[in-house]
Amino acid sequence: MEKCRLVFSGSGGQGVITAAIILAEAAVLYENLIAVQSQVYGPAARGGATRSDVIISDSEIHYPKVIQPNVLVCLTQEAYSKFYPIIRPGGLLITDTRYVKIQRKVDAQQKELPIYRTVMEEIGNPIVFNICMLGVVIRMTDLIKAESIMKVLKDRIPSSFLEMNRKALDLGMKLAEDVTS
Amino acid sequence: MKNKNIKFVQGNEACVEGALYAGLDFFAGYPITPSTEIAELLSYRLPQKGGKFIQMEDEIASMGAIIGASLTGSKVMTATSGPGFSLMQEALGYAIMAEIPCVIVNIQRGGPSTGIPTHVSQGDVYQARWGTHGDHAIVTITASNHQDVFQTTVDAFNISETYRTPVILLYDEVVGHTRERLVLPEQGELPLVERLRTSVREGVNYHPYLPREDGRLPMSDFGGVHRYNVTGLFHDMWGFPSDNPEVVHDLIRHLVDKIRNNVNRIARFKEYYLKDAKCILISYGSSARSARHVVEYLRPRGEKLGLLELQTLWPFPHDIVDEKCINAKHIVVVEMNMGQILREVKRAVERPERVFIANRIDGVFITPKDIRDILRVIQGKGV
Repeated sequence: MEKCRLVFSGSGGQGVITAAIILAEAAVLYENLIAVQSQVYGPAARGGATRSDVIISDSEIHYPKVIQPNVLVCLTQEAYSKFYPIIRPGGLLITDTRYVKIQRKVDAQQKELPIYRTVMEEIGNPIVFNICMLGVVIRMTDLIKAESIMKVLKDRIPSSFLEMNRKALDLGMKLAEDVTS
Repeated sequence: MKNKNIKFVQGNEACVEGALYAGLDFFAGYPITPSTEIAELLSYRLPQKGGKFIQMEDEIASMGAIIGASLTGSKVMTATSGPGFSLMQEALGYAIMAEIPCVIVNIQRGGPSTGIPTHVSQGDVYQARWGTHGDHAIVTITASNHQDVFQTTVDAFNISETYRTPVILLYDEVVGHTRERLVLPEQGELPLVERLRTSVREGVNYHPYLPREDGRLPMSDFGGVHRYNVTGLFHDMWGFPSDNPEVVHDLIRHLVDKIRNNVNRIARFKEYYLKDAKCILISYGSSARSARHVVEYLRPRGEKLGLLELQTLWPFPHDIVDEKCINAKHIVVVEMNMGQILREVKRAVERPERVFIANRIDGVFITPKDIRDILRVIQGKGV
């Protein structure tokens, strides 16, 4: 497989780093792939532009950061403005319609999706916003199976929350199918 | 199917796993970015296996606590970053002088002072060597990926017990915080060195600082059956202070020689494509990952490039570096400081004018492009 480089960006508290960890962990533990995840962070726990990098590959990964992502997810305007120029030509740029207004055409497939709106309308709880975003990403990239994500979640969250996360993941995959078909 | 020995963890957690594997049973520390996860994880992992975890009031006390615990027979560790490592220097010297096994982890961040807490640096290489005063020897080891972090942590405990010396694990923020795969070895898969205890029985005179024929000093658990003195002053075989010139001379030679005479045994390094390399990159810690990336990228494109990744930084393996670099036209040291290992490499090799540096000192992790840009300049291909 080609190395896939992903950058998830947004604001502290949206769960972009958690989403990146879940994705990379699923790749390593359940799909027998190699993955590294890292994040740039500052002293603040909330707010600011957060970014997490994930590389997934079937061969050893040396340099662990992402310079030009194949997949860039931006969940705030600030993150979008800061990171859209780094997208790899021909890559995939995913933004959320509630938080981001696309300002410029880039040489990438731009997908503006109502991720947040869908989560709030269908589930009504923003804590699974990041899992819905993961659903979009895994469906659009065909990188990791939904089942592997669910196995990681099973290890990480209380069982009473599993159903809500499953639903959010499915919603994200459905959103992705709607725009690709 | 999930393999229970495969984990997806931060480098800091790989260090914790390595320490527990090696038999750590006492940790005292004061949390500091970017080493905090080590203290956090051990605060519950250690008590689970019957060990002790103490959060101390500062790093001075942390060193004091692990030194005391080690004397009583425990395998001990503390973890910190730059500012805390500075505070530990005094007691580190005490552990060297009194020959007390202990492992000190420094997850490097930018300095001096509180510097840049959340960003990477490799600026403490010389502090690890000469941070504490007086002539002495020290062992300092680093690693660039999680499997090696695990292995070098186990090694650190083994070396510490073998030579009765503090060992510094000098990782950095990128290694500490990056998450990747770690495969846990089964118990028994890696050799462990246990404490060499004295066979002198209760009621018989025990000389804590009288070496055996092989130079090793068997220990008696402090507070156990023997009463003896431990001091930071120059001391005789009973551990009592001495200003006898012969005692002073012999002790300092012993402290230095027990490490220096074993440089090659303590030296850990990895090499990639060195045989026919015209240009050799020398790197360590996280920057070795960027260097390896460059080598793996340029090799298939016909460049005769190799990488020597150092894991043991102190005692610096001068002879090994010299031998590996003998046929290289250029040598480029890749590090995130102003040239601390550069200086050692220049001292190690013949024709030091061959040695260049590719570095970064702005808190940003050095990129493969940073290294390639320097290579282009050296090779006369322009900027």
